[in-house]
Amino acid sequence: MNNVPDAEGVLVFAEQNNGLVHPVSFELLGKGRDLADRLGVKLSAALLGHGVHKEALELVYYGADVVYVFDSPFLSMFDPVQYAKNLVRLVTETRPAIFLLGATRLGRSLAPRVAAALRTGLTADCVDLDLDENGNLVQVRPAFSGNIMAQIKTKTRPQMATVRYKVMKANARDPRRKGKVIVKEPEVLSDTGIQILEKTAVGGVNLAEAEVVVSGGRGLKSPGDIALLKELAKELGGVVGSSRPLVDAGWISRDHQVGFSGHTVKPRVYVACGISGSPQHLFGMRDSDVIIAINKDASAPIFNVADYCVVGDIYEIVPLLVQELRKLKAVKNLDERK
Amino acid sequence: MSKGLKIVVLVKQVPDIEKVRFDYEKGRLDRSSAEAVINPFDLNALEAAAQIKEKIGGVVTAVSMGPEQAKDALRDALARGADEAVLLSDLRFAGADTLATSYTLSCAVRKLGAFDLIICGEKTIDGDTAQVGPEVAEFLGIPHVAYVDEILDISIAEITVKSRLDGDNYVVKMRFPGLITVTKDANVPRLPTLKDKLRSRKAEITVWGMKDLACLDEKQFFGLQGSPTGVAKVFAPTSGKKKGQIVMGTPEEKARRIAEILLKLGASQ
Ligand SMILES: Cc1cc2nc3c(=O)[nH]c(=O)nc-3n(C[C@H](O)[C@H](O)[C@H](O)COP(=O)(O)OP(=O)(O)OC[C@H]3O[C@@H](n4cnc5c(N)ncnc54)[C@H](O)[C@@H]3O)c2cc1C
Ligand SMILES: Cc1cc2nc3c(=O)[nH]c(=O)nc-3n(C[C@H](O)[C@H](O)[C@H](O)COP(=O)(O)OP(=O)(O)OC[C@H]3O[C@@H](n4cnc5c(N)ncnc54)[C@H](O)[C@@H]3O)c2cc1C
Repeated sequence: MNNVPDAEGVLVFAEQNNGLVHPVSFELLGKGRDLADRLGVKLSAALLGHGVHKEALELVYYGADVVYVFDSPFLSMFDPVQYAKNLVRLVTETRPAIFLLGATRLGRSLAPRVAAALRTGLTADCVDLDLDENGNLVQVRPAFSGNIMAQIKTKTRPQMATVRYKVMKANARDPRRKGKVIVKEPEVLSDTGIQILEKTAVGGVNLAEAEVVVSGGRGLKSPGDIALLKELAKELGGVVGSSRPLVDAGWISRDHQVGFSGHTVKPRVYVACGISGSPQHLFGMRDSDVIIAINKDASAPIFNVADYCVVGDIYEIVPLLVQELRKLKAVKNLDERK
Repeated sequence: MSKGLKIVVLVKQVPDIEKVRFDYEKGRLDRSSAEAVINPFDLNALEAAAQIKEKIGGVVTAVSMGPEQAKDALRDALARGADEAVLLSDLRFAGADTLATSYTLSCAVRKLGAFDLIICGEKTIDGDTAQVGPEVAEFLGIPHVAYVDEILDISIAEITVKSRLDGDNYVVKMRFPGLITVTKDANVPRLPTLKDKLRSRKAEITVWGMKDLACLDEKQFFGLQGSPTGVAKVFAPTSGKKKGQIVMGTPEEKARRIAEILLKLGASQ
């Protein structure tokens, strides 16, 4: 195993799509900055793509000391072979002690190839990163489908981890921050065996980015009742989410699912209607700023994570809530006009 | 056999997560509480292989690394359309992380000889890393496409798949040899017939240990010794309760109170 004693520094993979950096990369820079400062080392970022130079400075603004840019038409879309090859070369050259990637599907397809080529350890889907007293990375991740959390350490360097989107905090963008942008000559294969014929945006709801999420669970009695949630979501300028059983039953599409095997959300307000609060569901929403739970069972575990607990029937409370919101807004509008 | 593909399906035996009980105090699962099953995502991998075989012919080999007991998972794979099964079992394989697991699996695939396509599940429900597929591909020096939702086209030379990565659908053509990992959306796994079940019960399962794998000069890459990551400790995820405020009153009063809170939080259109 390549236990490189002189490995030093923190490297972050800056994932981009259509030339725009994915927000998870800014979160990684936030965490990476914290780790690098505590270790007294540099924070670097690797940006691969085509026509992405202008994004390099953004990475500096969010915390990078050095940005390595690999620009080539062969890198414009994600080909795991091309991407891995260039990252492996960069890591071999710069020898970071820690290498972080977003636990997006793209990141989780890419990182293992890099780790295998470097013969180093990779921890999947981390939700927390820390340092032990010797400066080794302590990686925390869920396993057994979200039923347990595991703390993982890596003997080799770099210590690689993919990190879940929406769990780390990005630093505030600081356009006065200075850093170095280093343009690297990409090494590309003319044929990797992979040909991307088409790439189209999926569309649908954007749960992960929503400010307000109104979710329903098995407390709903029929698929038509999702309209109740929609109405409340509309009143709040939010989107509708759901627990998994509604998705499995085909009542709502999978892109609405919150939880371990769905989306992780971190909205300002999360309203859980008729959701019991299984570990898998809590996994995807417990970090929301404010959680309001409506459930007729006072002992439902969802109340353990809620800021406001409403014991009651959603069929009664939700329509009343919509009414009250409308009333209050009407009063407010009237006040403002006065 | 004349035409057709040589397909390898990687399957892992896991505890039945729907039935397994967790000792949240100790942060451990009680292994005696649930039987071992094939990783559910690997059923989709087996089904994909079976459908390809029906379409253009071929031979499907199921490979699993695990203890003797994992033969049950391989028998299940045989009942679901695999033609041959190989178990990689050796005390020195134990304690493997994804790197050592992938290395061991890649050695076995090499030993099996020329192949066209390797199919893996998207991830397992226990270790849950989704890393083994792409790591095996890297060790074998072949391309991969992860998170395949649909196989659009296949010939004896290449496969075209749809895969969703985050916000985008990709249509990707991959030349053989290559590896795919399939999601739950890829197909609906068929149930094995009673006849197939009975047949698989008597089937021969090849077992390979460390000495059987070709790249044996590299002992340090297997099992615990070859695993750079280690689980330092485990704990229950739901530690730390919030002290939530209980909203009291009639339903009307509750609704009004929540409405006020929501407006104060600025959540309104
Ligand atoms: C591998 C794996 C992955 C999973 N991933 C996810 C995931 O990503 N997301 C997810 O959500 N789940 C996931 N699950 C499923 C999870 O374990 C639970 O089964 C699920 O979250 C339960 O959904 P629920 O709360 O809607 O239903 P239930 O647990 O049945 O709860 C329904 C709740 O509604 C309340 N209720 C009923 N009627 C009313 C009413 N009229 N008014 C008010 N309250 C009412 C009940 O008191 C109850 O608390 C996963 C499971 C596994 C094994
Ligand atoms: C709590 C816990 C946390 C862990 N965290 C990590 C970690 O962060 N990093 C790490 O490197 N290891 C980790 N491990 C070890 C890891 O679970 C094992 O190495 C395991 O053998 C393979 O990983 P997986 O179950 O995640 O498989 P995945 O990578 O999720 O499996 C994907 C696919 O690969 C194939 N496959 C996987 N295992 C086998 C097998 N044994 N035989 C045949 N095919 C197989 C299947 O097709 C499967 O669908 C962890 C283990 C535990 C118990």
